[in-house]
Amino acid sequence: MKFLRDLLDRQAHRFEKGGRFERLYPLWEAQDTFLFTPGEVTQSTPHVRDALDMKRLMVTVVVALAGCIYMALHNTGYQAHLAIAAGAPPLDVWQTDAMRGMGLAFAPDDAWACLVHGALYFGPVLAVTFAVGGLWEAVFAGVRRHEINEGFLVTGMLLPLTLPATIPLWQVALGVSFGVVVGKEIFGGTGMNVLNPALTARAFLFFAYPADMSGDAVWIAAGTAPDGVSGATVLALATERGMPAVVETLSPWQAFAGWMPGSMGETSVLACLAGAAVLVGTGVGSWRIMASVAVGTLGAAWLLNAVGSMTNPFFEVTPLWHYLLGGWAFGTVYMATDPVSGPSTPSGHYAYGFLIGLLVVLIRVVNPAYPEGMMLAILFMNLFAPLIDYVVVQANVRRRRARHAG
Amino acid sequence: MEHYLNLAVKAIFVENMALAFFLGMCSFLAVSKRVSTALGLGAAVIFVLTVTVPLNNLVYAYALKPGALAWLSPSLAEIDLSFLGFLTFIGTIAAMTQIVEMTLDRFAPALYAALGIFLPLIAVNCAILGASLWMMERNYNLVESAVFGFGSGVGWALAIVALAGIRERLRYSNPPAGLRGLGLTFIIVGLMAIGFMAFAGVQL
Repeated sequence: MKFLRDLLDRQAHRFEKGGRFERLYPLWEAQDTFLFTPGEVTQSTPHVRDALDMKRLMVTVVVALAGCIYMALHNTGYQAHLAIAAGAPPLDVWQTDAMRGMGLAFAPDDAWACLVHGALYFGPVLAVTFAVGGLWEAVFAGVRRHEINEGFLVTGMLLPLTLPATIPLWQVALGVSFGVVVGKEIFGGTGMNVLNPALTARAFLFFAYPADMSGDAVWIAAGTAPDGVSGATVLALATERGMPAVVETLSPWQAFAGWMPGSMGETSVLACLAGAAVLVGTGVGSWRIMASVAVGTLGAAWLLNAVGSMTNPFFEVTPLWHYLLGGWAFGTVYMATDPVSGPSTPSGHYAYGFLIGLLVVLIRVVNPAYPEGMMLAILFMNLFAPLIDYVVVQANVRRRRARHAG
Repeated sequence: MEHYLNLAVKAIFVENMALAFFLGMCSFLAVSKRVSTALGLGAAVIFVLTVTVPLNNLVYAYALKPGALAWLSPSLAEIDLSFLGFLTFIGTIAAMTQIVEMTLDRFAPALYAALGIFLPLIAVNCAILGASLWMMERNYNLVESAVFGFGSGVGWALAIVALAGIRERLRYSNPPAGLRGLGLTFIIVGLMAIGFMAFAGVQL
């Protein structure tokens, strides 16, 4: 530790004002604050004495994502191996050659082989996200003289987890560029954006390249099985045939653990619950939002169950399955609770979460174009979060005025 | 009943005037700096749309469309005045906005002052004329036009109020100098349109 500290201190003068690498100061500063807790305090009021600074806040989210990252590796490999075991040819890509080169079999039961295979897909996506997104961060930090913020760590971790395994890497680069630049940096950086940057990036890719972001062929990193084993997500099956399709495809426990096709890190409700425990326990994520999303989903799903439909079999999907399938848990725990793009008032949290829960069911069920509605529901409510805050604050002002008027 | 509900939901979310068709952009961008003002303009647009679309529907059905004048005398059944649509619709809309303006001036002077030049501008707000033209193109009947006008107005008002909320929060942001003001607002409107694409493709 001492060695690192000394190294950083010895280089400091080169990056400070007048030094040779003055322009690269944000990079040096980012290294420094990433490795050590900075000793600086705020210059002006208000002063808050709290161990929870931005860095610790963001790193807590990354720690909470650990389970999802593990499942991203394991399940991506597992799904590919399942399809290959069912007769699908492996994809003609370097990952397949690498697996053969290491002498690993495409066996679904071999956890190590699954992990390695998954890592071969997840790793490059993660690397491109951090390289390209980090580059944009550094460019904006250098030109606009602000610090490189740990906020990007979270965005850079979240985005790869919401992408399908087979996504072309140039699309990842384009998406993260859009998310970081248009979604965040043009507003001034972390804490000032309107929409969640990771979701903005994903939505951009979703609408720009639907062939690589949705459908039946992208979720499993293997060719199509000859006997017609479908590579569709379970939600897409539910759009076509409703509850019977869901129940015969997998058991609730299987879905709970996350052994199903989908975006790399979003499938496991169990991993998201573990993350939720960390976020709620540390007070980083709002339990109010998570709970009210669950309530909203419950209400909307029950309502649609009761109404029923002759033409749309998705109406009969029960609330439990809405919780278990797709990105519901991932979005609820990590995306909806984003403190920047969500509302800031506690009572605003309830309304915001409830409406997300309502919308996600409505989009899933009523809109045949998008069997997965979580991303769009959260993005849509991001737009209204400032308005929710406005209403709550105005109501409070009015109440206090009435109280003190007499 | 369900038919009218579907029509309203479609007009509000799926075919949102501001964010799916980008109609009425001038006042949408100009009067969205404060939530309270945006609410006022939104309410005015809802009112004007709810009244003018059915009104224009009547004008169209009984004066303009091919054979519409047959109720006056059978000899007029050949006449087709639909080419006058633009002109008469604008006339109706202008008259209606004038009435709204005078009403607001009398009963809500604060809102009248806040809306300023934009209230008369509702007369040439393309969202208002657009709704009337769609009414004509889609052959809505009287009730349908009222529901459609109301829905379109609510959708537009929802969009402008949300934009105003976002722009009020932007006071704490720090955009690059070249993007301050309208530039950033354009980008936000684009991002909002992405959000509203959640409803694209809904069949009602």
